[in-house]
Amino acid sequence: MSNKTANMKVVEGSYAVAHAVMCCRPDVISAYPITPQTHIVENLSQMVADGELDSEFLTVDSEFSALSVLVGASAAGARSYSSTTSQGLALMYEVLYNVSGMRLPIVMNVANRAIGAPLNIWNDQQDAIGARDVGWIQIYVEDVQEAVDATLQAYKIAEDANIRTPVMVCMDGFVLTHVYEPVELLDPEKSREFLPDFKPADILDPAHPKTFGAFADPSTFTEFRYQQFEAQIKALSKIEETARQFEETFGRYYGGLIDGYHLEDAEIVIVTLGSVIGTIKDAIDGMRSEGKKVGLLKIRSYRPFPVEALRKALKNASVIAVIEKDVAIGGEAGLVTDLKAAFYNSSIRTPIIGFAAGLGGRDITVKGIRKIVERAQQARKGIESEFEFLDLRTEIL
Amino acid sequence: MEKSLLAPGHRACAGCAMPTTIRLVLDAAGPDTIVVSPTGCLEVTTTPFPESAWCVPWIHSLFENASAVASGVEVMLKRRGLKTNLVIIGGDGSTFDIGMGSNSGMFERGHKILYVCYDNEAYMNTGVQRSGSTPFCVHTTTTPSGSQSQGNPRPKKDMPAIALAHKVPYVATASVAYPVDLRRKVKRALEVDGPSYIQVSAPCITGWTFEAGTMIQLARLAVESGLWPLLEYEKGELVGVKKIRQQKSVEDYLKMQGRYKHLFKKAECANSLGQIKAMADENIAKYNLVD
Repeated sequence: MSNKTANMKVVEGSYAVAHAVMCCRPDVISAYPITPQTHIVENLSQMVADGELDSEFLTVDSEFSALSVLVGASAAGARSYSSTTSQGLALMYEVLYNVSGMRLPIVMNVANRAIGAPLNIWNDQQDAIGARDVGWIQIYVEDVQEAVDATLQAYKIAEDANIRTPVMVCMDGFVLTHVYEPVELLDPEKSREFLPDFKPADILDPAHPKTFGAFADPSTFTEFRYQQFEAQIKALSKIEETARQFEETFGRYYGGLIDGYHLEDAEIVIVTLGSVIGTIKDAIDGMRSEGKKVGLLKIRSYRPFPVEALRKALKNASVIAVIEKDVAIGGEAGLVTDLKAAFYNSSIRTPIIGFAAGLGGRDITVKGIRKIVERAQQARKGIESEFEFLDLRTEIL
Repeated sequence: MEKSLLAPGHRACAGCAMPTTIRLVLDAAGPDTIVVSPTGCLEVTTTPFPESAWCVPWIHSLFENASAVASGVEVMLKRRGLKTNLVIIGGDGSTFDIGMGSNSGMFERGHKILYVCYDNEAYMNTGVQRSGSTPFCVHTTTTPSGSQSQGNPRPKKDMPAIALAHKVPYVATASVAYPVDLRRKVKRALEVDGPSYIQVSAPCITGWTFEAGTMIQLARLAVESGLWPLLEYEKGELVGVKKIRQQKSVEDYLKMQGRYKHLFKKAECANSLGQIKAMADENIAKYNLVD
């Protein structure tokens, strides 16, 4: 990340994101409170109450209704925003498909959290990874600054006439929502320049009556799905292009689809997403000083999944270890499965091992990362275990 | 009559009360209207892509979220400075059951939205399963009559009372058989500054099984027997009651419909028949329906 300006403020992550949302000038916001998303929507409510933000804020009976409100608002021409997490995202599930299928460019911050049972309010990414196939673009961020910047970028991607696809900006709950960090808040004027007002071509308008949400029988349903699929493919270049445009205006860049850290000469590459990247970079610094060629590949865009970029960036790795805060019970986990699929029809035959880590808020430590790197080293000689739970407490099983 | 805002060529059953109800509602609302519909017969029969019977802007999202969707439309219309009518038109399944949370939220927030429920008293789109609106003793595919059953064991949910409990400023019942009354109520509801709720009796030929051509007669008999009183509430006060010249026979109403035929086949159903008659009599007395 490059940072040309230094107008930094120490603020809570949720405030910084709410401020970014304010700079996006949504017409309608609707949300239902759920930990750890609450501070984002509380801040937005206060901004509306204080007249800083000219938006309609609807408090509703559930997350299901929150996103449903935005379906109507967006169809009526509104730039629309919500934020949720965990059980709330699960409750929205039916509407998530509806929003993407109706091609409504809604943006939502997901404050990633575990899903019960058992009830757990702490961070992992089971919620959003579990919703990877609902047709939304998913951007995962590393720190608060990136959450801020990705939120503005998200609208530009979502509202592009060729994309018209909703975006989730996924930020780790508590770790990023509740942390106080130095952040450069977005400049409202520059944000307006970067993201002009939303002017959709098709809206609910009695002067031009149109039907929204018709049903499609087998003769047309596949084509609706195909167009969504195609839009996500187009989003691959749009995400990169938007990240570069953002860099021109704001001077910050995080990689478009993916980013790397000591990746060029790395033999062992850790692939992951989200806030754990900070810890991994620390661990890599330590291991590099010991002469170990360890590198990191950060997934920024999980949907669309950047297959070509990954093949190119990982072609020289000797072994790949995937760390992710989710598990596909009965299978392995989201990212490791997708990564294997991305390589299967390529010439890359690098061993890939996967780790479920940090579930339900358990800390992922430098020691844990080192353990994973040791496992990866062993895997170069032959994989003993393709998928493991990091730091499993066998003594309480 | 001017051209209807619901075009012909939709795919509703011959003898269905729903399209007639919708045409009457749209006649009263006029072209400066946006309609939101939940999933159901109405959505399925009027919008098979790429066709649409709607001559006003129309949106469908899901079965249980029409009120939330309409809430979003409403705030954006206000933001755009438009005074366009906003009408939700849904069946009883979405209104009484699966959409209740969303409906409650919309009522409570006080959006300027007219909610019209075409009430055919069961899940007709999926094949006549019981809903919260299904009356006592009705045979449906999930409350079938049988040696141990006389059909639906519970009375119909009182949805207008639920709307009134939310302090919805205009609440009315209406019937497809009383078009002048229905149109007037729609116009009145659209004048109200806030939510309004109209529940329209709309017989379903498939689910109720009656002879084709008798739909209006049947709906009229529901009113005249006292089982479907036509009521009107403003700010919680009962301000309008459609009087009945003379109460018609409840049995005649029930006998026209296949969904009640089991009641007339077994002697042990006499008690249930008595209970249904008592419901009609209670309405007659409660609302002073007969002068």
